[in-house]
Parts: sequence; C-alpha cells; structure tokens
Amino acid sequence: MAARTLFDKLWDSHVVVPESESAPAVLYVDLHLIHEVTSPQAFAELEQRKLPVHAPARTKATMDHSTPTLPPDADGRWRYTNTQAQAQVERLGENCVRHGIELFGLESNQRGIVHVIGPELGLTQPGMTIVCGDSHTSTHGAFGALAFGIGTSEVGHVLATQSLLQRKPKSMAVTIEGELPPGVGAKDLILHVIGRIGVNGGTGHVIEYRGAAIRALDMEGRMTVCNMSIEAGARAGMIAPDEVTFEYLSTRARSPKGADFDAAVERWRALASDEGARYDREIVLDAREVRPTVTWGTNPGAALSIDARLPDGRETGAARALAYMGFPAGAPIAGQAIDVVFVGSCTNGRLSDLREAAAVLKGQTLHPRVRMLVVPGSAQVKREAEAEGIDRIVRAAGAEWREPGCSMCIAMNGDLVAPGQVAVSTSNRNFEGRQGPGSRTVLASPRVAAAAAVAGFLVDPDKLHDPRGAERHGVRRHIVEEAL
Amino acid sequence: MPALRYVISRSIAMPRQHIDTDQIIPARFLSTTERAGLGQYAFNDWKLRADGTPDPAFPFGKPQNAGRRILVAGRNFGCGSSREHAPWALVDLGLAAVVSSEIADIFKSNALKNGLLPVVMPESVLEELLAHPDWTLTIDVAARLLSVPDGRHFEFPLDGFAQTCLLEGVDELGYLLARAPEIQQYEALHAHA
Repeated sequence: MAARTLFDKLWDSHVVVPESESAPAVLYVDLHLIHEVTSPQAFAELEQRKLPVHAPARTKATMDHSTPTLPPDADGRWRYTNTQAQAQVERLGENCVRHGIELFGLESNQRGIVHVIGPELGLTQPGMTIVCGDSHTSTHGAFGALAFGIGTSEVGHVLATQSLLQRKPKSMAVTIEGELPPGVGAKDLILHVIGRIGVNGGTGHVIEYRGAAIRALDMEGRMTVCNMSIEAGARAGMIAPDEVTFEYLSTRARSPKGADFDAAVERWRALASDEGARYDREIVLDAREVRPTVTWGTNPGAALSIDARLPDGRETGAARALAYMGFPAGAPIAGQAIDVVFVGSCTNGRLSDLREAAAVLKGQTLHPRVRMLVVPGSAQVKREAEAEGIDRIVRAAGAEWREPGCSMCIAMNGDLVAPGQVAVSTSNRNFEGRQGPGSRTVLASPRVAAAAAVAGFLVDPDKLHDPRGAERHGVRRHIVEEAL
Repeated sequence: MPALRYVISRSIAMPRQHIDTDQIIPARFLSTTERAGLGQYAFNDWKLRADGTPDPAFPFGKPQNAGRRILVAGRNFGCGSSREHAPWALVDLGLAAVVSSEIADIFKSNALKNGLLPVVMPESVLEELLAHPDWTLTIDVAARLLSVPDGRHFEFPLDGFAQTCLLEGVDELGYLLARAPEIQQYEALHAHA
C-alpha cells in the first residue's frame, strides 16, 4: 500500500461508502459533541421527521456558550443574561433526556467548554472521528483524531445516522522545525503560523502539524495549536499521537483501562504518517523566529511580534482594521493602551494556561484602568487551579475568578467588552464586535495577556518590569509614567 | 428546501474581504431555538453609524437594493464560526446566491444545505461584478454558469451531488437515511471502536 498520512488513515478507516463522482463519501462519526447553541434546530428537525437518535451513546452534551460565569444566587438560581439564553440551555437538557444522551449539565462537576472536557474526560481519543456544531472542534485533532466543526443541519445528520456526507479535503503539512525560544509558547506559535499563511491559508485543507517544536509541546499546547486551525480556514488540524499523548490519556476517566489501554496504544502508534507520505501542500517554519505574538487587526491573520511596528495603513484592509482598533499606523504595537484582559476559552482555558497567567500576576496588581476576567475552561480545571492557589493569586491582583464557560470569547452570556474598549484576550477570534458590539480584540497568550493587565498596555512580558526597556520599544511616555 | 434552477437578479456589492460569520450574524442573536426570522439581524452591527443613526452606506438598507437575490462579496466570505444561523439569516433576507473569489468551507457547506448557492469566481471577474451591482446576473445551476449582460459566461465549481440537491429541492438527510444498511454493516464491523 502507498505511504499514507495520518489524515489518510483516519479518513480511510471511517469511510462507510466511498466517494464517487456523483456523491460524497459517507463518513462514520465516532464521537458527536453537542452544546446548547447549535443543537436545538437539529433536534427539532428530527422530531419533525419523526426520527430517533441513531446512536445516543456516541453523543455527549454540555452547556458552555450561553451559561453564566457568575455563581448561582443565594437561592441557587443561575443568573442568565436573558430568558432566551436560559430557554436555550433548558432546551438542551430536555432534548438530552428525551433522546437518552449523556449531559454534563450546569450541576455536573465534569462540565465545561466542550473542547476542554472532551480531552479531559478521555472521551477524545486517537484514531477517532469527532464532530461538533462548533468550528473549534479542530482542538481534538491534537490527539491524532479527525475532528472538525459542522453546521446545525449536519448535527441533525449525525444525530439521525451517526454519519456525514463529506468530500475528502486536501492535506497540508505545517512543519515547525527547531525549538521555541524561552517564554514563547503554543499560542505565539499558532498566531505566527496564521500570520504567515493567512486567515484563508488553509481553506479546503486538513493541516497536520509536525516537527520538533510540535513534538516538544505538551498536550495542552498541542490543543491550543490545533484549536486555531480554523482561523487559518483549515477544515481540521491534527498531530500524530506519541508518548506525550499516551501519557495524558493513561489517567483519564473514560480512556481504555489495563490491557485494553495497552492494546489501544498499539493501534494508536500506527496512526502516524508513513515515511514518504505525500501532502498536497507543505510549509516549513522555524520555531526560533517566533516571538511573543499578538494580533493588531480584525482577523486572526493580522498577527505581529510584540516588538514589531503596526502596518503603515497604505493597504485599504489594513487601514480599515487599524481605524477599527484605534491603533496609530506605523507605531510600535507595544505601548498601545488596553482596557480589558480575558484569560480563558477553548484555546487557552486549561490548567497550564491559568498557571502561565498566574505566574505573571503573582504579587502584582492590575493597572487601575484594567478589568480582568479569568475563566477556567472546565469545572475540573477550576478545582485543580484552586487546589494550587491560582484563584487567590488572580483575586489578589484584582482580577475576577469565574465559573467555567465560553464567557467573553463569544460574549453570549453577558460577559462583554464595552464599545471602544481594547481587550487582550487569550481566545481565538478578533473579529469586529466578537466580544461585544464595538469591542476591539487583541489575541495573545496567557503570559502576554497577564503582562498587559499589569502594565495597562501591550508589553513584552520580559520587559514588564523594565520601563527603559519598554520605552525603547516605543511605549508612550505618559503610559510608562502611569504604570510606574 | 425549494428547488433552485436559476437566479436572475441585480446584485448587492460588499467589496470587503474576509467577511466573517460574526459580521453576518453577531453571536448575541444566536440565543434562539428557531431558524426562522434571523434576517433582521443580518449584518446587524453594520447598520448603524457610531452615533446610532442609520448608516446610509449599509447596502441592505438602500431602497434600490430591495429584492436583490445575489450578494457579491470580497474574498474569503463566511470565514470563522460554523454557525448555520449565517446562511439562515441571508436566506431570510431573500438571498439565493453569494458570489466571491473564495468562500470558507463550513459556510459553503451550510449554505448549500439551505438553498443558498455559493458561486466562486476568479478575482478579476469578482472585481468587475463588485463594480457593477446594477448588472442583471443570470446564474444557471444546471449549467454551472454565471452570465453577465454583455453575453459573457463564467463557469463556477459545484459538486454534482450538491447540484442535484439544489435542482431537485431535496436535502442530504434522505440520502444518508437510505444508507442505513451500509452504516449498520460498518458499525457491526467496528464494534470495538
């Protein structure tokens, strides 16, 4: 047999009916994750057609997008932002009961953001096909799974048949050679990659991330990388499973146990791309070039190193984006004032992300203008963080410590950035109004976000306590004085 | 889904590139359990100027654009979130086709499932179309052709299966349900997974 890529192997092993000129392939779905926002119309469609859920045990549900991140009131009632949000959450509960679907609901101690709990519980495993009505489903590709976002009609298809009609996308290898510099992490890396290939650089493709810098990442870092594949337009992102993956899975509640686990590891090892396997496109980048990276514009491809200057604004799209962001053309991006910091989301709401932010916040106080929310990605992340005292560091710095959920990443639950405010956010999208009408978003790592919260402006975390260094990097004088 | 054979209409031009689904319908309008009536929220945050007054440049607000069924947009239309609310909102506005030089994968897939035809044109053709929203365009689904008033035709890619679904006004679920024997066979063979 010809040498195959990881993606080829995942695809081939899930084809129920091969694709032909006249019809796409029927592809089997091992794990279907659902949440409250993109599922109600799919269940309604099933009911209208009087169809049962084909394989309820392969569907798992959680509530994350519309859910409050403030704890329940004294009477135990959750404080929803509006009655519609509450109705949507309750509808998911009803649908799960009616169709026998396991739900990690608001009262579950295993609940959280769908792309955080899947891996955390061991539901996400190598070799699987995983779909969800959410574009950040690509996160699960970090385990060597084929995982991608679908629309609500397709949520209905999976509920009714556990299958999807799909044309096979093209493949793309993104190889990151070398070692990331100290203080530079997975978020910087993926922003750098999207900045290089563009917000549509992966359209029509499934990306496999390879190379020494990818191998050196822990599972949480790999999830951050795969999570943002969609921000380059890619259908999915994936990384071949290895010892790091197996170690992560060995302690998960729902992963195979004992001899079954050993047998699974043997199967999983065979998933890696064969020597000499061909990709439709190949891109090679050097990890040593990556610096702490932030976005300056209104799509995730507008990424810059923290020590770079903003574009000159001669290009129409850039000029428009700079005007929206309120950033002066050609100025250094370090030194730009910020108002809000959000640490959380399916991109950066895991324990290692919260540790990274806490390491910067420890013993510090937020800049007086800055409001900061730290939102754990799941109930388990919250418990583990609290056991380490991260909540106390966050609160002592003057930031808010919240209940798990998508929160300010998508701003559906009332956690909003006000019009005109600049937010430094560890989430995945800086589209106009993404974090609330008129909000301005700078995407960054937890480390860069926490440093900005302390300084009140964008700053290289290495120079946070060095005002001369900050000044050399163009920080406006009055802002430096204010920070001192 | 009603059958779609031809779309004959002048167009609405949105030259901006990378129009993401958060622009097409902002997330705060997704707290619904219905799919109908979302057109009122389409491009909601582009309707008003900063001072709260209606923006005269907002193309869907212009009287001459009423009833137009084709949106012509800059490159990489529909990027971002997988929300099917985006095509639901555009269909609710009366649109039947979106023309761009590149259309994001998930948006394209969602659009086809709702009778909204994604038409990908070369960049040079797109520029012409953006400059001439008053041209009456004819889109022939069966022939996969977009025609302009001076008689030129431009071919566009359209998957044969999706084309049949559009022409016959049927959705994919019926086809998938008819594959039940193959799906059950697959499940029996892969019971361990």
